[in-house]
Amino acid sequence: MNRPDPADSASGPAAASTAGPATDEDGWLALHRDTVKVTGVWVFVLALGGAVPTTYGIGSGTSYGVALAWVVPAVVLVVAAAVIADYVRWRHSRFRVTPTRMELHKGMVFTTKRSLARERIRTVDLSADPVQRVFGLVKVSIGTGEQVEAGGAGQSPQTLVLDSVARGEGEWLRALLLDRAPVAADGTESGVRVLARWDPVWLRFAPLSFWTFALAGVAVGGLFQVLNWFGRESLPVDVTRDVVEEIGATQTLLLFAGVFVLVGVVATLAFSLEAWWAYRLEREPGGTLRVRRGLLTTRSVSIEEQRVRGVEIVEPLGVRSAGAARVDVVTTGLRADPKSEASTLLPAAPMTVAASVAAAVAGIRPGGRLRRHPATARTRRLRWALAADAVLAAVVAWLAVASPVRDFWAIVLTVLAAGCAVALVVLAGDAYGSLGHDLDGDFLVARKGSVRRATVYLQRQGIIGWRVSQSVFQRRAGLMTLTATTAAGARRYSVIDADEHEVLEFGAEAVPGLLDPFLVHERPIVDHPEQAAFREP
Amino acid sequence: MSGATRLRPPRNWLDQRVMAWWRAQVGVLTAVVVVPLLILGLLIAPARAWFLIPAAVLAVIGLLGLLLLPPWWFRIHRWEVTDLAVYTRGGVLWQVWRVAPMSRIQTVDTVRGPLQRAFGLSTVTVTTASSAGAVKIEGLDHEQAAELAEELTRITHNTPGDAT
Repeated sequence: MNRPDPADSASGPAAASTAGPATDEDGWLALHRDTVKVTGVWVFVLALGGAVPTTYGIGSGTSYGVALAWVVPAVVLVVAAAVIADYVRWRHSRFRVTPTRMELHKGMVFTTKRSLARERIRTVDLSADPVQRVFGLVKVSIGTGEQVEAGGAGQSPQTLVLDSVARGEGEWLRALLLDRAPVAADGTESGVRVLARWDPVWLRFAPLSFWTFALAGVAVGGLFQVLNWFGRESLPVDVTRDVVEEIGATQTLLLFAGVFVLVGVVATLAFSLEAWWAYRLEREPGGTLRVRRGLLTTRSVSIEEQRVRGVEIVEPLGVRSAGAARVDVVTTGLRADPKSEASTLLPAAPMTVAASVAAAVAGIRPGGRLRRHPATARTRRLRWALAADAVLAAVVAWLAVASPVRDFWAIVLTVLAAGCAVALVVLAGDAYGSLGHDLDGDFLVARKGSVRRATVYLQRQGIIGWRVSQSVFQRRAGLMTLTATTAAGARRYSVIDADEHEVLEFGAEAVPGLLDPFLVHERPIVDHPEQAAFREP
Repeated sequence: MSGATRLRPPRNWLDQRVMAWWRAQVGVLTAVVVVPLLILGLLIAPARAWFLIPAAVLAVIGLLGLLLLPPWWFRIHRWEVTDLAVYTRGGVLWQVWRVAPMSRIQTVDTVRGPLQRAFGLSTVTVTTASSAGAVKIEGLDHEQAAELAEELTRITHNTPGDAT
């Protein structure tokens, strides 16, 4: 996969300096000079993407000679401007690694000086887009993983990005800053244990997500946009009418639905292939997990095991129905957004693989039985589903009365609405089935969700506070939500709609000494414990 | 189990003046909605009823809220600090209890908004390494708040912990 690179063997600034960047006496290094070429290529490609339709647009009005006379100089100008700007950026960017700090200075007019204490650096992530790979470069993101919420707005000062350096230099920085033995770019270093490796048959899980519809929708939107540019907006309507006349309305609807799904399937397959090709999860000596993946853009994410607080096994509905699951890591130090792919340890893969990864990373055995939640939790969910059904029925009825919809569409709409209504009730039951919580050794286990079922295994020592909440409706149903706050992952993980008494004992057991002082064990005879409590001082 | 396990209310009440502060807040909120309606109603004669009737209704609702809600809130909002944790109860329709252990507390802040200042009140905010874990005690006498913050800082300094 990896392009042979002379800098691969580089193991220090001295070696790297022969590959491009020049060091001065203070140990300052420059970014790789080919960075400017990479920018030039990208801007050229983007400019070309804009130039072709423009040429067509101008050319169809006048002549292609005139069009080219306008477009070519424009493209040259744009590329030249970008290259010069990037050259200036490259010229005025320099970085160095001192025994205690990692420093980056950049900017000509407004200089930014950023400095991270090396002992606080937690992540060194590498990524390379296709053009960077051709030039043998990588972008290096170095972060302390500290929270900036408290610090306020603006870009995080805790991240430092080198865009870009030679691949070998990137690997050298990663090894140096994470204090690991240097690993060659092909990962042949001894002592590295591969925990999971990509299997192309996992691709079959990719289309089983709502992205299939979302991407197909985007594709259709894009098609209309392009037609609009060329002044052919009426084309889809004409085509549809012709097809309907040819094969009939129902068949057309089914055909279009089929094509829509097919487009979505192809798109999700393509995205998944690009993102997860050559995926590998490794454990490096010294306690680092490393995820490497990518077909065109290669990415490498490192996770310090010391900071791992658990794992989350995510089973979206479609993936779950195929017996598969994704594994996310719950850790401090990754970007705060838990939805970002950076926290994914394993893409959708068969449950046995997910279980083995979870076992290898956190030492847990997923799939155990959890404590069930009271039946009133099911009642709540069914009530929500029926309320949504009522709204749906009202909308359909209103449409039927208010607008003179033709019979065919009225039937299609009613069938769809009825399908949704049934699905909602089924999902409500499924959501109740998902609810569960328990303690598993050092971990608190909480499971919830139907469309996105997630089971979190959170280290009990990682819990740094409790939030207990109860709405009026929960109180009437005898339910309560217990939320563990933590510095890792999504920052909060909840046991929702559990029994209001049992869940408190559960919380007290999970983290001894934290919740207990505030609990009272009462005889159930007391009618209004709140009022009884008010008589205290 | 022999009986039902419940959370007991935290021991301390907020300062009595907090009710006046809440009343002022409800009053301001009501005024922000009602006054523009009144002005519009007085200026635009043809649609006068359309502005003045909602204004009157909202004013009555605001007034009722102003009278009835603060005592209710006052009974629910409580706080307590032990050697091991900060414990608060808040919310009304959605009651929320929060516990933050001393060993995980990172910062202790006291904040006084302009309206709070007028009533001699302060807010004490305790944050932990989790952005979801902050605990706020809103509406303490400002001297008491300063003492509390000092005490919290002292306890957290004496409590070993790595904050994460």
